[in-house]
Amino acid sequence: MSRRGPDYGKSWHKFSKNYLSQVGLGVVALVAFVAIFAPYIAPYPSHAGFFVDYPEAHESPNWVHIFGTDQFGRDVLSRIMFGFRYSLMMAVVVLSLVVPLGVVLGLVAGYYRGGKVEMIIMRGADIFLAVPPLVLALSICSVLTPSVFNAMMAVSLMWWPWYTRLVYSISSSLRNEPFVQAAEIAGASPFHIIFREILPNCLGPILTKVTLDAGWVILIGASLSFVGLGAQPPIPDLGTMVSDGANFLPEQWWVSLFPALTIVLIILGFNLLGDGVRDLFAAETV
Amino acid sequence: MAEQLLEVKDLQVNFKVYEGLLRVLKGVFLNVGAKEKVGIIGESGCGKTTTMKAIMRILAANAIVAGGTIAYRGSDVLQLGMQDLMRLRRTSMSMIFQDPTAALNPVFKVGEQLEDIVRYSEFTSDAPTKQEVRAKAVELLKSAALPEPERILDSYPFQLSGGMRQRVCIAMSLASAKDLLIADEPGTSLDVTIEDQIMRELKQIVEERGLSVILISHSIGAVKGFVTKLYVMYAGTMVEEAPTGELFSNPVHPYTQNLLKAVPKLTGGGVPEGIAGRIPSYITIADGCRFASRCRSAKERCRTDGPPAFDIGNGHRVACFHYGDI
Amino acid sequence: MRMSTFILKRLSYTIFVLFGLSILIFVIARVLPGDPARLALGPRAPEWAIQNLRQQLHLNEPLYIQYFYWVRDAASGSLGESLVTRRDVLTDVQEFLPATLELITLSALLVVALAIPIGMVAGRRANSWFDNVVRVLSYVGVAVPAFVVAIIFLLVFGFMLHIAPSIGRISPNIVAPPTVTGFLTIDSLISGNMAALFDALVHLILPALALALGPIAQEARITRSSVVENLNKDYILSTVSHGVPERLLTLKYLLRPSLIPTVSVMGLDISSLIANAFLVELIYNWPGISRYGINAMLRKDLNAIVAVVMIAGIIFAIANIVVDLIVAYLDPRIRFVEKAA
Repeated sequence: MSRRGPDYGKSWHKFSKNYLSQVGLGVVALVAFVAIFAPYIAPYPSHAGFFVDYPEAHESPNWVHIFGTDQFGRDVLSRIMFGFRYSLMMAVVVLSLVVPLGVVLGLVAGYYRGGKVEMIIMRGADIFLAVPPLVLALSICSVLTPSVFNAMMAVSLMWWPWYTRLVYSISSSLRNEPFVQAAEIAGASPFHIIFREILPNCLGPILTKVTLDAGWVILIGASLSFVGLGAQPPIPDLGTMVSDGANFLPEQWWVSLFPALTIVLIILGFNLLGDGVRDLFAAETV
Repeated sequence: MAEQLLEVKDLQVNFKVYEGLLRVLKGVFLNVGAKEKVGIIGESGCGKTTTMKAIMRILAANAIVAGGTIAYRGSDVLQLGMQDLMRLRRTSMSMIFQDPTAALNPVFKVGEQLEDIVRYSEFTSDAPTKQEVRAKAVELLKSAALPEPERILDSYPFQLSGGMRQRVCIAMSLASAKDLLIADEPGTSLDVTIEDQIMRELKQIVEERGLSVILISHSIGAVKGFVTKLYVMYAGTMVEEAPTGELFSNPVHPYTQNLLKAVPKLTGGGVPEGIAGRIPSYITIADGCRFASRCRSAKERCRTDGPPAFDIGNGHRVACFHYGDI
Repeated sequence: MRMSTFILKRLSYTIFVLFGLSILIFVIARVLPGDPARLALGPRAPEWAIQNLRQQLHLNEPLYIQYFYWVRDAASGSLGESLVTRRDVLTDVQEFLPATLELITLSALLVVALAIPIGMVAGRRANSWFDNVVRVLSYVGVAVPAFVVAIIFLLVFGFMLHIAPSIGRISPNIVAPPTVTGFLTIDSLISGNMAALFDALVHLILPALALALGPIAQEARITRSSVVENLNKDYILSTVSHGVPERLLTLKYLLRPSLIPTVSVMGLDISSLIANAFLVELIYNWPGISRYGINAMLRKDLNAIVAVVMIAGIIFAIANIVVDLIVAYLDPRIRFVEKAA
């Protein structure tokens, strides 16, 4: 059952046949592109920060302001584009912290099955998972000063157990497979076994989860800002925009609706992409 | 000649899949008389199970019966209305699936599954009481050579051994088969000794009840002592039909000959040779004889036209142009 | 193994986990904020007041002593004083919790009542127009966050169509039934006040649906694919081949195995119901524990925050046990495998 990682050429070929995943990839690439180049392609880059232009306030969508303007006269489209930066940054930072930590913990817990190490790690994970993720994130953010950075730290603090659990279940079931035992008999160190024998078999589920999680992390970030515990005004975070705009429903619906729709778009994109990644790895094990 | 219980003629079944059309069965024929025991042998994937599923009309949703007839006591099964079909399934014929573990619903007790079958199969006229149903279930389990039937009724499938599960499946089939029993490789997934035992029990049951049987196997030894007539299938077509003794002493179709030669014999004869080549893919399969690509004596004709079954006497038929011409 | 052993094992483990959670949230609430007393009294408070409060809250003692005090207080029925409402948090909880429980319960019922039939029918008629619509809608439904749904509902139903009212649990002109359970629906039933029952339901439906939509989409998808997969299983084919009637087949032999993946996911979905309640209650100004929690979090009301997190944990834990029990009932293999292990 041991595989040394996927065959990239074949994988890409298979992936390119999957229409829906291509759409997902396209959406994600678009979001990333917009996020990176926001200062250059946004129609009104200065609106992303503190900016006031009351005569232009509350304009409904028109050719000058495609998504309309908010209560301060700021162009909604530009702010959304800058908002993508914060969303993607959250996903990248959180996952970069969480995935290595969570995966390593899961590998170790699965390898040292039945020992104290496993117990400590998995019970710890269970405790963090005892409440819905958002609740824990909210409470952590609430005791700190609300900011983008703190929001990222809070989400990271409660996101790692998911990866630990995922990797643990794979790693502990592989633990007693013949190929692992063969490596042990041959004198391989635990380090080698964990990272060279067991880990490659976890790559598929991990990558799938990372892709799907990007969308969910962005959503949690937006939820935190929505409540007011994440990014603070005037930062154009998508969640903040939705909650600010909610005050002006239903007359100035565009202020709230467009950021909300882009959140949906981002999640959809990552979901489609994630499904494609999953199919990629699933088909390999025939 | 007595009226045939089951007459399959020229059956053609395709499957619609993502990659295209799988043309699995072509020109399949099969005749089973009353109380007759018939066997079908062939490699894995040659369409034996598909043919049986077509007869019982439990093919997958993407299956298309593109041609042919399946006549059961004269009426075409494929054209039957739902009510008649139900009656057929409940009282006339039933099928024992290949893997008894997969054939039993894992989340229900054996008793519940069996009793639901019994309720609709054995008591067609009036509504039975619970005790009557249970008594009948116990009786069926006993006739399938199962000890402690009460305990088994209250057990879940995973609590039983492989052999017991197989016998439970046999019992279920006995409930809904008065005429024809289809046994799809019974015992394949079991120990050889248990398989042997099951086959002997099955033979006894079948003879006691005067059932016709279609026994599918890819083990030649298993069919030899059981059936009186044998069919050989290859790549979705019937290639040869003969009484058992006749087939073994005088195999005529090139495939059958190679197949029988490939069986290792303890009585010497050296290492058996395999057959060169592989089964063709059902998507890209060519017209004409499906064995042509692997046949050493293939003619031009063989590649273009599918050979019908030619009668060569002694109840022996073969689908090969070397033995007849149109 | 016996069901009772199963329950006992789960229960003891759950209590252990909840204890661990209480320590975790306690540490978060005491360690992270720096000085909780200062936080509580605000930036303009005089130093002596802060020191006083620190004494009072045992903040100068080691952490484990503080935790001990907290547990002792909780055991004797006090969850500390809320900085916002100035009364015992326990009182606040008693006032606000029922509203949230009612909301979440109704949402969960909606999920079960809608997702399973939709999934079953879509699975039975795979690739029909109905199935295709279900698949697309459910895919999108999973991606739309609850607060977005809540806002759209408000827009469409509340303002555009004027169908459902948007504020609170009950209209001002309706007389509320006497409180028995705190569930307006049940209390109305008990006192026979049909007008109140109807009114309460009307107020409940929008937020409940907003919460339920995501899980409905998710569960419908899972049920559908489970049904499609099981339809081709030998045991279903076998049942069909024996002539068992269609209805018995679908509602009994197909339903139960297909439900197993669905119910297994229910636990996670309840988690998202609880979490999303925090946002949805805010949008609909629903007087529940989640809205209370958000307020507490914004005002750094530490005792209330701790209490709310613990309650969320308890509700989640109970829901998980119930879900596990149902799965164990549906799938006997689980009960017996545990015994073997």
